[in-house]
Amino acid sequence: MNKLKLTLSLALLTNILSAQSQGSGSNLLFYGIVAVCAVLVVWAMLGLTGNLLKIEASKYGIDNETSNFGVFPDLRDFIKPKRPSFATGGTYHSLKKGFDISLEGKAEGDATHAGVSRFAIRPGDFRGMSPIPKVEVEVGSEIKAGDVLFYDKKRPEIQYVSPVSGEIVEIRRGEKRSIAEIVILADKDIKYKKVSTPDINSCERTELVGFMTSNGLWPLINERPFDVVPLPETIPSNIFISTFDTAPLAPDSNVIIAGNEAAFQQGLNVLGKLTTGHVHLGIDARGNVPSPAFTGASGVEKHWFSGPHPAGNVGIHIHHVSPIKGHNKVWTLGVQEVVTIGKMFNTGEYHADRVVALTGAELVSPKYVRTFQGASLADLLKDNVNGENLRVVSGDVLTGKQESMEGFLGFRDDQVTVLKEGNYYELFGWLLPLAPRPSVSGTIPSYGKDYKFEADTNTHGEKRAFVVTGQYESVLPMDIFPQHVMKAIITNNIERMEGLGLAELSEEDVALCEFVCTSKNPVQSILRQGLESLKEQS
Amino acid sequence: MGLIDFLKSIEPDKKKSPLLHTAYDAFFTFAYAPDTVTKGGTHIKDGMDLKRLMVTVVIAMQLCYLFGTYNIGHQHFVAAGEYLGFIEGFHLKLAHGLIKLLPIYIVSMAVGLGIEFYFAAKKGHAVEEGYLVTGALIPLIMPPDLPLWILTLSIVFAVIIGKEAFGGTGMNIWNIALLSRVFVFFAYPLTIAGDQCWISGYEKISGGASADYGWFHTGFFNTLFEWMGLNTFNTATTVVDGFSGATPLALAYEGGWEKVTSVFSEGQMIWGAIPGSIGETNKVFIVIGALILILTRVASWRIMAGMLVGLIGTTWILNALGSTPFMTVTWTQHLMMGSFLFAMAFMATDPVTASSTDKGKWVYGILIGFIGIIIRVMNPAYPEGWMLAILLLNTFAPTIDYFVIESNIKKRFSRA
Repeated sequence: MNKLKLTLSLALLTNILSAQSQGSGSNLLFYGIVAVCAVLVVWAMLGLTGNLLKIEASKYGIDNETSNFGVFPDLRDFIKPKRPSFATGGTYHSLKKGFDISLEGKAEGDATHAGVSRFAIRPGDFRGMSPIPKVEVEVGSEIKAGDVLFYDKKRPEIQYVSPVSGEIVEIRRGEKRSIAEIVILADKDIKYKKVSTPDINSCERTELVGFMTSNGLWPLINERPFDVVPLPETIPSNIFISTFDTAPLAPDSNVIIAGNEAAFQQGLNVLGKLTTGHVHLGIDARGNVPSPAFTGASGVEKHWFSGPHPAGNVGIHIHHVSPIKGHNKVWTLGVQEVVTIGKMFNTGEYHADRVVALTGAELVSPKYVRTFQGASLADLLKDNVNGENLRVVSGDVLTGKQESMEGFLGFRDDQVTVLKEGNYYELFGWLLPLAPRPSVSGTIPSYGKDYKFEADTNTHGEKRAFVVTGQYESVLPMDIFPQHVMKAIITNNIERMEGLGLAELSEEDVALCEFVCTSKNPVQSILRQGLESLKEQS
Repeated sequence: MGLIDFLKSIEPDKKKSPLLHTAYDAFFTFAYAPDTVTKGGTHIKDGMDLKRLMVTVVIAMQLCYLFGTYNIGHQHFVAAGEYLGFIEGFHLKLAHGLIKLLPIYIVSMAVGLGIEFYFAAKKGHAVEEGYLVTGALIPLIMPPDLPLWILTLSIVFAVIIGKEAFGGTGMNIWNIALLSRVFVFFAYPLTIAGDQCWISGYEKISGGASADYGWFHTGFFNTLFEWMGLNTFNTATTVVDGFSGATPLALAYEGGWEKVTSVFSEGQMIWGAIPGSIGETNKVFIVIGALILILTRVASWRIMAGMLVGLIGTTWILNALGSTPFMTVTWTQHLMMGSFLFAMAFMATDPVTASSTDKGKWVYGILIGFIGIIIRVMNPAYPEGWMLAILLLNTFAPTIDYFVIESNIKKRFSRA
């Protein structure tokens, strides 16, 4: 490009000079053109230097979205979005794409104690686990919190432990004798198994990993791409922790972290020893001032994000801070998982307590409760549910898992949503929607920003051929074309899936694409299908 | 809840009569949004569906329908030199317009939906709503005097070859409505070329030719109007001497903007009281339709803006060259003539056949604007280019996307 400019300007110059020698044209014009050429030459040289600098920077891997190693100022530098005043330090990312689904039934107040007596850990919550893991307990055994429940025979070093103490009351089997869930009847006062922890400042990485895998901390880590429990020998290029959740009715991290600030910092210190890169914290810059546990965390890189959902998704943070390259792995954790790791190193005990948001318009009082991993939904929702014909979801309405009332909270879930089933016919429903419903479309009234919808599970239309373009892209704040990723998956074109950035995506990132899809396509399950075939290939 | 029980009770058996069941299902889901609930994936869904999307487009073109119907009648009487004021002879113009438009609309819907229902039943899936828009667009882009058998053939060709052969809604490469128009244009050039087809209701368009009234004119409406004490259709009506029926574009090709304004005023062209395809003459109503589509985000504003940019840029270049009278026509004047705005609002924005990436949409729009004006100004045979420009770019839309996507892939690999 620069070469071309140079040649052009030289050609122009010779042209002018030859014209001069013929004695035509005014002096002013001649000098004017020479000046323009001179400017062009200097500009071309500067451009060349800038590009060389950028290449050098990328060689050292220090180039990213926020730094400009060129000679010229980036256009983005002039139109930099304004940071909120509390968002000091770290980088700032203002995201525009996305959509906040405003629903009725947000949890309020501080976390109260929930009287949950039954808990369950389900091997099925861990992707890639063999269907029949080796179960170390039997019905009737008494266990402490932190005692091993089961492990995968393919990876016996990774132990899955009990979140509470009590008695194993049931080992439920699923299809083909697979282990569906191990149900524990909890003691009133939880007894913890006490272990001696290694000193994180002096111990080797292998010793630290060995401690974490044998004490139930390892399954708390999620590995991207593919969302699996990592292999112990993996060294992640970075570790990402999103300290806020923008999903519909998601719990407020400030409520979750209250009282656990020290454990959170300790957890971050541990994680810092596991990666060759950095521990990155994604922090909420949308308006509410985040807890000092996040803003004041040490030993981490901080990144502020503002914008509509999915601005709080860890996948979005990874994409904007340090995208997954080649076969690199990135680990992600939620705030509560970090706290559990921190508490283990502070106390030598496995504290899997969780603050869970009970949400949804069908609850008598949406609230925060304090319980443990895998709590029984029936116990959590006791005397708090209105009406019939309801759906109970462990998680949020976009990515959560449908559970029966007898089900349990998912391993990583910190939210329960209860909403109405939408199994009704609606006269001319497609033309004249009578009840308000959330939508990104301009054809459906939005009722203003503060309106809270009472959404139900009706599909509002049938599945159709894919027609509308640009819809998925408008709700995914990434430099990725989700529509074309889906196309590559459906045609099973592995190379293209990879090239288009499938490895950077997870279900939660494309959940909004599925929500907005006019043709009602199952975007999340298509994405998972693609990830599975990509995983097989690599 | 009586209606729904009744509808449920008459549901035909799916196995015994698939075609009947498909038709029933199409009408039932038209009356009632189904009771299906989400399963796996997101638990709630956006209130938008394909039916609503399609009907929004149809609503956006309703003003064009109203005006187009009346204008058929208006042009008919202008040719005869009668009722020259726009609202003079209102009932006659409306009646004539309806006599011409309704058969075209009914044939368009019946033939197209018939084929859709047949293929849906054969493939065993629900009827897609795509044809609701296509079937509503086709009458608007046809000349008012088009024989119905040609219309039928063109729709059969467009829907079967252009759509079902590719796999149905969402799979087609070319815009179906334009494909039917291009079929008429290439298969029956004598019917649609020249100035003969834009005025309806005469044996031919030349001085002294007499009006061609059927039973609806002389039997039905004349009886009605007589009873109401109004003027009636006069079978002795003839085309006035010297009337050519030429459209502004034909005039502009002959003698530039001067020649156009010697026949039509600017106001006439903007408000659409000129001969032309049925729905494409009134620029104000088309712009209103385009605004509805942009504000509801049903159609891509990028494509529309791209087309405008392409038109303006190309016109500037042609103005600078200025070697024929048509080349000196400015871009504002181009907007007043022909079907650019209609093509921009309703044709190029078809999401299935347009580029699917945001950058691609800009390129796609700009190239349509560029090529369309080139065909309009330079092509001596047929002075309108949007149909061909859009079909050409439909063909290249995947290529445009390919380059946008490849650059994204390249960027990702260069990072690794």
